[in-house]
Amino acid sequence: MERCRMVFSGSGGQGVITAAIILAEAAVLHEELTAVQTQAYGAAARGGATRADVIISDVPINFPKVIQPNVLVCLTQEAYNKFYDIIRPGGLMITDTRYVQPQLKVDAVQRQLPLYETVMDKIGKPIVFNICMLGAVVGLTQLVRPESIMKTLEQRIPSGFIEMNRQALELGLEMGQGVK
Amino acid sequence: MTRQIKFIQGNEACVEGALYAGLDFFAGYPITPSTEIAEHLSRRLPQQGGKFIQMEDEIASMCAIIGASLTGKKVLTATSGPGFSLKQEALGYAVMAEIPCVIVNVQRGGPSTGVPTHVSQGDVMQARWGTHGDHSIVALTASNHQDVFAMTVEAFNIAETYRTPVILLFDEVVGHMRERLEIPEKGEIPLVERLRTAVQGGVDYHPYLPREDGRLPMSDFGDVHRYNVTGLVHDMWGFPSDNPKIVHGLLRHLVDKIENNASQMAHYKTFYLEDAETVLLSFGSAARSALHVVEHLRPRGEKIGLLELQTLWPFPADVVQQYCNSARTTVVVEMNMGQVCQMVKTTVRHPERVFLANRIDGVFITDADIRNVLRLIEGKGV
Repeated sequence: MERCRMVFSGSGGQGVITAAIILAEAAVLHEELTAVQTQAYGAAARGGATRADVIISDVPINFPKVIQPNVLVCLTQEAYNKFYDIIRPGGLMITDTRYVQPQLKVDAVQRQLPLYETVMDKIGKPIVFNICMLGAVVGLTQLVRPESIMKTLEQRIPSGFIEMNRQALELGLEMGQGVK
Repeated sequence: MTRQIKFIQGNEACVEGALYAGLDFFAGYPITPSTEIAEHLSRRLPQQGGKFIQMEDEIASMCAIIGASLTGKKVLTATSGPGFSLKQEALGYAVMAEIPCVIVNVQRGGPSTGVPTHVSQGDVMQARWGTHGDHSIVALTASNHQDVFAMTVEAFNIAETYRTPVILLFDEVVGHMRERLEIPEKGEIPLVERLRTAVQGGVDYHPYLPREDGRLPMSDFGDVHRYNVTGLVHDMWGFPSDNPKIVHGLLRHLVDKIENNASQMAHYKTFYLEDAETVLLSFGSAARSALHVVEHLRPRGEKIGLLELQTLWPFPADVVQQYCNSARTTVVVEMNMGQVCQMVKTTVRHPERVFLANRIDGVFITDADIRNVLRLIEGKGV
């Protein structure tokens, strides 16, 4: 497979770091791929735009950070403004319609998805916003199988929350596959 | 055999390594970027019958592990930056009293409180000379989680073998990054256990009388023998002495037991060095960027390789000479102002062929940073 470098960005509490960890863990534990995940620490991670980096590959990964992502997700306008221009030309940019007004200035495939609205409409709980986003990423890129994400979720979260996460993942997958 | 596979942070890989090595006791004071080591051990260690104590500060933590080690336990503390400075006095005590212990320093930007959340490799010389007086020290490092695990186990083995503190010099990038760790089966990596004295209770035990092979059997403090432990120069009973012969002999012993065994402790990895004309020499997370450069330039026909040091102290001079003496250029890649580069320059036959590719702004060194230095050396400009 092609090495895929991703940056998930948003604001603290939206769960972009958790989503990055779940994706990378699913790739390593359930797909026998190689993955490295890093994130911004410090003042940048408090209140400002949060960022999590994931690299997935089938060969060893030496350099652990992402400089030019193939896939960039921005869940807030601030994150978009800060990171939109790091995307690799021709890459995939995913933004949330409720929070982000893209300027469409970059050379990338731009996908504006109503992630937040759909989660609030169908589930009504914003805590699975990040899993819906992850579903969209997986739907668009097919980097890992959705079952691998579910297996990872089942190991990480209390059983009472599994169903809600499954629903959010499926909503995201549908949206991702629908706009491919 | 199915080995357990985990996707975790480097700090957790260190925890797994310590538990594998048989850690009994941890005392520490959390500090970024080492906090996850204390956090995970606070849960994991008691589950395995060990003891975890959060102390009032780093000085007390260091003193607590020294005391616990004397009672026969395998001990660890973890810290960073200013915390490592605070530990230096008691670290010297452990050197002098020959107490096995492992100290993790997950390096961050300094001096002082510096840049707490960003990466640095600026404590290489502090690990060597942070505590006062002539002495020797062991410091190991690693660039990936499998090696963090292996070097952590090795740190405990060296500490027990040579009755010495061992420093694990990791850094923020390796500590916080998440990647795969495969935990070896029990017994796959040999463990060195405490060498205890065969002297019975009620019979005189000399805590500092070496056996013929130079090793000093220990007696669990508080068990059957009464003996003295001090930071003063001491005789074979552990009592203070200023007899010049004893002072001289003890200092020689403390240095020789490490330096004479440097080759046994020299851990390193080589990549594409067979025909390399340009040798990148690196360690810790910086070695990942260096390897990235090597694997990028090799397919383009460039004769470039990497020597990754995992033992920093005692400095593996023989290894560095073996790979760098015949190189046209050696470029030391590190995130400080040339602490290992200086060592390499004093070690190799042609110090004028040794260059530094570094970064000191808290940002992880990139392949572009290294390639720019290579271009400058070749007179191509950046």
